[in-house]
Amino acid sequence: MSSHIKTIVNGDAVEYICTNTESLLDVLRNRIGLTGAKEGCGTGDCGSCSVIVDGRLVCSCLMLGVEMNGKSVETIEGMANGDKLHPLQEHFIDGAALQCGICTPGILMAAQALLRKNPDPSEEEIRYGLAGNLCRCTGYDKIVRAVQSAAKEMRG
Amino acid sequence: MSMVPDLVKKDFKVIGTRVRRPDGVDKVTGRARYGADTNAPGQLVAVVLRSPHAHAIIKKIDISKAEKLPGVKAIITSTDLPDHTNGDRSMRDILENCMARKKVLYDGHAVAAVAAIDAKTAREALKLIKVDYEILPHVTDVDEALNPNSPLIHNDIFTDGIEPKPTKPSNFNKQAEYGHGDLEAGFKEADVIIEKSYKTEQTHQGYIEPHACLASVSPDGVAELWVCTQGHFVYRNHCALLLGLDASKLRVTASEIGGGFGGKTHIWTEPLALALSRKANRPVKLTMTREEVFRCTGPTSSTSIDVKIGAKKDGTITAASAELRYHGGAFPANWAEFGAMTAWACYDIKNVKSVSKDVVVNRPKTAAYRAPSAPMAAFAVENTIDEIAKAIGMDPIDLRIKNAAREGTKSSYGPVYGPIGIAATLQAAKDHPHMKAPLGKNTGRGMACGFWFNFGGQTCVDLNVAPDGTVTLAVGTIDVGGSRASIALAVAEELGIPYESVRCIVADTSSLGHNDMTDGSRGTFSTSMAAIFSARNAVTVMREKAAKIWDIPVEDVIWQDGHAKAMGASRGNLSPLSVKEIAASAGSTGGPVAGHAEIVADNAGVSFATHIADAQVDPETGRTKITRYTVIQDAGKAMHPTYVEGQYQGGAAQGIGWALNEEYVYGANGRLQNAAFLDYRIPVCSDLPMIDTQILEIPNPNHPYGVRGVGETSIVPPLAAVSIAVTNATGVRMHHVPMSPPRVLKAIKTKRG
Amino acid sequence: MLMAKEKGAAYILAGGTDLLVKMKAGILEPDLVVDIKHIKGMGDIKKTATGFTIGAGVPCVAITESAALHKAWPGIVDAANLIGSKQVQGRCTMTGNLCNGSPAADSVPALVAAGAKVLIAGPKGTRRVAIEDVPTGVGRTILKKGEIITAIALPKRAARSGDAYMRFTPRTEMDIAVVSVGMNLTLDAKGVITKARVALGAVAATVILVAEAAKAIIGTKLDAAALAKLAAVCSAACKPIDDKRGTIEFRTEVAGVLARRAAETAYARAGGKR
Repeated sequence: MSSHIKTIVNGDAVEYICTNTESLLDVLRNRIGLTGAKEGCGTGDCGSCSVIVDGRLVCSCLMLGVEMNGKSVETIEGMANGDKLHPLQEHFIDGAALQCGICTPGILMAAQALLRKNPDPSEEEIRYGLAGNLCRCTGYDKIVRAVQSAAKEMRG
Repeated sequence: MSMVPDLVKKDFKVIGTRVRRPDGVDKVTGRARYGADTNAPGQLVAVVLRSPHAHAIIKKIDISKAEKLPGVKAIITSTDLPDHTNGDRSMRDILENCMARKKVLYDGHAVAAVAAIDAKTAREALKLIKVDYEILPHVTDVDEALNPNSPLIHNDIFTDGIEPKPTKPSNFNKQAEYGHGDLEAGFKEADVIIEKSYKTEQTHQGYIEPHACLASVSPDGVAELWVCTQGHFVYRNHCALLLGLDASKLRVTASEIGGGFGGKTHIWTEPLALALSRKANRPVKLTMTREEVFRCTGPTSSTSIDVKIGAKKDGTITAASAELRYHGGAFPANWAEFGAMTAWACYDIKNVKSVSKDVVVNRPKTAAYRAPSAPMAAFAVENTIDEIAKAIGMDPIDLRIKNAAREGTKSSYGPVYGPIGIAATLQAAKDHPHMKAPLGKNTGRGMACGFWFNFGGQTCVDLNVAPDGTVTLAVGTIDVGGSRASIALAVAEELGIPYESVRCIVADTSSLGHNDMTDGSRGTFSTSMAAIFSARNAVTVMREKAAKIWDIPVEDVIWQDGHAKAMGASRGNLSPLSVKEIAASAGSTGGPVAGHAEIVADNAGVSFATHIADAQVDPETGRTKITRYTVIQDAGKAMHPTYVEGQYQGGAAQGIGWALNEEYVYGANGRLQNAAFLDYRIPVCSDLPMIDTQILEIPNPNHPYGVRGVGETSIVPPLAAVSIAVTNATGVRMHHVPMSPPRVLKAIKTKRG
Repeated sequence: MLMAKEKGAAYILAGGTDLLVKMKAGILEPDLVVDIKHIKGMGDIKKTATGFTIGAGVPCVAITESAALHKAWPGIVDAANLIGSKQVQGRCTMTGNLCNGSPAADSVPALVAAGAKVLIAGPKGTRRVAIEDVPTGVGRTILKKGEIITAIALPKRAARSGDAYMRFTPRTEMDIAVVSVGMNLTLDAKGVITKARVALGAVAATVILVAEAAKAIIGTKLDAAALAKLAAVCSAACKPIDDKRGTIEFRTEVAGVLARRAAETAYARAGGKR
């Protein structure tokens, strides 16, 4: 069985048809063509599929595409403002907060959600705020520092 | 042009600066394309049927029902992959690992694969395939596999390296021995002898991106493969051989790679995707699930190691020996031999020996994992060194400095060392503020050393100067951690142009000659060397063009600050020509400017590190928290210091995970119990402290800039450093990693009595 | 009614963080999935005359954001804050955590200790059931076909009382409880414990309410002897298994350790001074 869904993706009205068992991640990647969210596990254990739905950080692999009717989703593809990167994106590049980069979209979404709730997080708050996002390359050091420096810039 | 490293350059202009990586924007905007991000029109989706048994004979596979399911376009079993390996045992093992032939050898071993119009149909088809197994007894433990009565996995393995060669097959595939001197005499000289046994459990590389590929094979034998890999040329060569294709007709394009750490140096499902595509005559996409990644790919050996060290009261190690038992999973390998070679490499020991025993067990085929085999050997050796230092009442760091290998030391595995950094990293550790910082409650400090060989290998690059004077460098080594930036820096340095004027790309297998994989910490080392030579070749071309433009002998043209300059007082009126000006003249000076280099990058320059760890142990639960961590490592020359730090930190974090919680748990039934990130516990952000780094630069004389590989050594010391810290926190020596809370609590309780 | 009429396998979708994992693994192949989040009231946290009700569709993140719950039931908020990651908490619900039937469910020991009840609606009307009676085994609950839990009802916070939830996991986050303890204590004016509810997770087929543990500390000011007795009683109440997450020996020992620590926290939250 399939459903016709009307939703907002990164501010744009989007319609799609998906089966009733398809995850939001599969919809984003296979139906809308947004492959920025990654499937690292499919079970909510790695965070690389993180997106923000109606202001809440979620694993898109743990949500159905049919649940999106009338909702709004933010993905990594919508993070930059036109050709201007978001401060988090800038600081991730400058601070080498990524190596292979597969976890980066999810971590950026999680960091975005964290900073919206808490613009001045401590190191511990950043570490717990990003605990749902596995990174295997960096040891997290440069990620935590990049979030700190981006947060500082965003606070102005 | 010279392909021999010249004197180490010292006055760098851009080398050593912290420039932005060329793949950065794509990776922070979601635009970078990884293995699963490429699609082709008309593609099918493939899934693999895997054995639930650790060891069984495949009596029959019935695909008749599955074939009839609407939407199923191709089903393959081993009969669709005839053996083209021509007696090459290692390739036959790879073939058999990709698809079981007569027997399944581990839980998760592939037995069939389906390509269908969508994933749902493909998965339904899997359920319709009937496999008739005859279950055999299995063995998953490395020591049990050495028991002659253990279930025999292959009937054609006769131990190598034992004289006379056994005539009875066994699971013990290879013995090797390294060392020198007279052990017996050495132990007689010792005042103290410590002899201990250690165990380490199997771990996975844990890259976040599951293996994924898109294969397209046409009926005329022309094929394409898009895949995440650490070595697309090796994938090309292996897949072509297994499928009976011409290597030149199989073009492999490497995607961005979402982590590999050695785990993407081997083919697993790629030949299946190609075979399915050939059978269906449609592109086929095959993405592993996380469960498949854990059950079927990757892991390291689990090990069992005995160490014996003798030392005088003054700290001189008089003799040292080790026996190292590792497994290669279900296929013969030489992982224990690597362990034996690395075990004593940090030290200058007169009488030293290590014996390796490699065995096969019913677990997935072991793959390289960052400095493969060295961390386990270091865990055993460094703990014993720590114990002997305590036994003679000497500071463990002083004992290590006293016995450290130096330039001219004959290493335990054979070669005589050139300039090396072990003593320097130890001295830096001794002087580091971390060593003197006060310790909190229930906290201990440990330090340990590590070694890795590093590798060079076959490398070729292609440098082209565009008409506007900007440069593209095509390389054939996969960028796993920022090497494109480092390599572009080398080109900018040589040509004297800005870093921003150089773009480094990873070319496909049809665009360059063979390149070895990104393994052995060779990516930046070997590729920067080839890049430097290609740039120098391009400089020669540009000097020739300038000579032509000026109508003077080429010998009178020098290259300086990014310009061709004419030498001699009489030529003062010839203004220097830039890369851009020379490139613009190409049409009238003999054609475009290019430079090539094809090399075998020998003498990668061995690498050493010393790590310091503080571990706080909850005495009531056995849980360990790393409260401070410092990595000190010799980089030769850090081309991009930030990315070098990243390698140090990443390796340390992986080692901490291995030391504390990561392990494969097999049930009595031979099935993997924890094939998920939930229960295979890699460190999360809140588990770790900041990881401090200190880069030492002891130049490698075999690289034009003195570079050594930096990627792997950082995973070698943590198992030892953390376990020694835990020992110092609890007063109990830890002989088994990971030091999971149940193991630590049990050790504490046993000590309490 | 949909749930009752469906002849095949029918499942509730609230947060979906367990359901989708099981669907993906092929463990569950539902014929019907009912999303309850749009049903009126399911997404609300309400303060009532008798305490709070937490709708079955309320994601755990909303619980962690509720100042009133923080004040009244910090142990329950702590538990909600430990289920999965921030991402998972954006979706997962306490009711789902309960209905999944795992003995290691983080919120359940906290709810049991709190004396919470569930409101069940079904074809034959509604009923209230104590949390500890809902799970009947690993993956099983008392819910009959067609029944769903609509909300969890929490009592009012009594004077001089406090709760705590603690779990043991090898990692700091993203883990499943190897052992867990929910604790709710009420004190008299002198700081003597008058009421206690102690629940243990991951040490038996279901979360267990340990009456002997309550007895061990009632009438005490949580002195060292009482704590030692509490630990011993909790360890003795364990009937765990050996599995990939922990051994019998480890779970038994650590249950006592955590019970002690949780009691200390709950005691302090109740205003007790030791």
